[in-house]
Amino acid sequence: MTQESFSSRKQQQGTEAEQEFTQAQGSGTEAGVDDLLDEIDSVLESNAEEFVRGFVQKGGQ
Amino acid sequence: MSARRVVGLETEYGIIRPSMPRANATVLSAQIVDSYAQLVREGAGQVRGTRWDYSEESPLADARGYQVERSAAHPSQLTDMEPAEQPGMVWTAESVALDAGDARVGQALYREEYASDVVMNMVLGNGARFYVDHAHPEYSSPEVTTPHDAVLWDQAGDEVLRRAAAHNDQLGNGVLQLYKNNTDNKSVSYGAHENYLVPREVEFSALVSVLTPFFVSRQIICGAGRVGRGMLGNLPGFQISQRADFFEAEVGLETTVNRPIINTRDEPHAVWDKYRRLHVIVGDANLGQISTLLRVGTTNLVLSMLEAGCAPQLELIDPVGALQQISHDPTLRATVALRGGKRLTALEIQRIYFEAAASHCAKTGADDPATEDILARWEGLLDDLERDIFSAADRVDWIAKYRLMSSYTQKHGVGFDDPRIALMDIQWADLDKQKGLYYRLAARGAMDTLFDEAQINQAVLTPPTDTRAYLRGMALQRYADHVVAANWDALSFSVPGARKLNRIYLTEPLRGTRAEVGALFDAEMEIAEFLDSLPPRL
Repeated sequence: MTQESFSSRKQQQGTEAEQEFTQAQGSGTEAGVDDLLDEIDSVLESNAEEFVRGFVQKGGQ
Repeated sequence: MSARRVVGLETEYGIIRPSMPRANATVLSAQIVDSYAQLVREGAGQVRGTRWDYSEESPLADARGYQVERSAAHPSQLTDMEPAEQPGMVWTAESVALDAGDARVGQALYREEYASDVVMNMVLGNGARFYVDHAHPEYSSPEVTTPHDAVLWDQAGDEVLRRAAAHNDQLGNGVLQLYKNNTDNKSVSYGAHENYLVPREVEFSALVSVLTPFFVSRQIICGAGRVGRGMLGNLPGFQISQRADFFEAEVGLETTVNRPIINTRDEPHAVWDKYRRLHVIVGDANLGQISTLLRVGTTNLVLSMLEAGCAPQLELIDPVGALQQISHDPTLRATVALRGGKRLTALEIQRIYFEAAASHCAKTGADDPATEDILARWEGLLDDLERDIFSAADRVDWIAKYRLMSSYTQKHGVGFDDPRIALMDIQWADLDKQKGLYYRLAARGAMDTLFDEAQINQAVLTPPTDTRAYLRGMALQRYADHVVAANWDALSFSVPGARKLNRIYLTEPLRGTRAEVGALFDAEMEIAEFLDSLPPRL
């Protein structure tokens, strides 16, 4: 078994949850990014929610 | 003082079979390695492989000067045995199939006629190792001497995995998807380890004190970015590092549980009393070439200062907490507490290490091109990060990913908790160049690179010329039929007519280079003559 043990840090999650998630502001996009965004919905796996749920790995090093 | 050093990089890849979401990961990993072994057997492109020799492994030696009892070790630490020999795990074709929970996987993979011949572990003609590590396929690069070569043979590993997946598909074994990332965001992490050769006389305690603040802050120049916080990724937000939330200790021997910022595995794979192999487990796997370059290059410079006794002396009050605080703030404004009452940002800490490295290089006259390049890129990047993080999006993986996602959220009016953002986080690291978002972005010229496809393809087939990886890789290319086993510091040959195996020890990583043995390969000798002609000690 190489599953994670994550108990010891669980207690800290309360305090983390209270932290605000700050998003950086800046000079957003460039041509390459805009280009990719235009076609991204045809590149992404079809059912996002289901795919993310199904992406399950076993623990490693 | 130099950014040059003997280095090797390891990557554990994420793997799924989309048509079978609950397929056993170890089985899938064996399938991908075996597919590559078959590609090798078919002789495609002169790639050669051989089996791994476990006899020199000692994963339970601790750099603090003791040996962990086998009985006290976590089973996943017993990396010196074939998985089949591990207690409680009888690795037959049948058990593999049963373990998969789906017999079809087993039958497709391990048909009776070659059931005993599944390759779990191989050495490649470029000097790398490709094998099943726990539940992931792992590529461990050959030993190189510059950060630039570390990038090249690391990128070659991604190409090996792509070819293995393509061949697996051609064999009719179904589609396997591979990911160069470090977490599934469901409590699980897998590693991308770095190995640095360090003289034995360097005190381990000095490595710990100098490297801890460096590693805690290094993520801002080479993190791979992650959506969600906490091991479960259940708290919203974007963070700098894939790995930060999975670390719980400052120093320790484990790599799979209670992970430490400084790993104490003391297994040099070289002359024991001359060398240490610093085994770094805190880093992220990078798709970006510049992120990999700086991850290795800056670490080499810090090790060089450490050896010269002139490294910055900083002490964080809570290194594990600081690692996570820094990771959780992509604005780079978070400060972490140091002994003595000061608080610094990660950028300020990196700046201290950079200034010390630059001044030490100036003093000692280190002007080789690799070192100059690393110093110039490190400084330029810190300047850019100070001004506007997005100006570094062409070089830093987490920023490239963050920019793409931020733009997506703005365009579609959604937040970072949208499932499509979570999907983008995974698909960023898909090794398939048509699907992987990193590759789609790079194809548009949005990522700075060092090596093109042709150079990477070449490194899939050929070893570095200036380390023992040259002898290992070339032996596999030229004398594959006679190499019965190989590992980092030995090669075993069978010679026709000889009763015993001929074992060559490679305990000096800088021996066995093209300069030393290249002429012997060029002479195209028979195996016995070749072995007789090798220097008696390597």
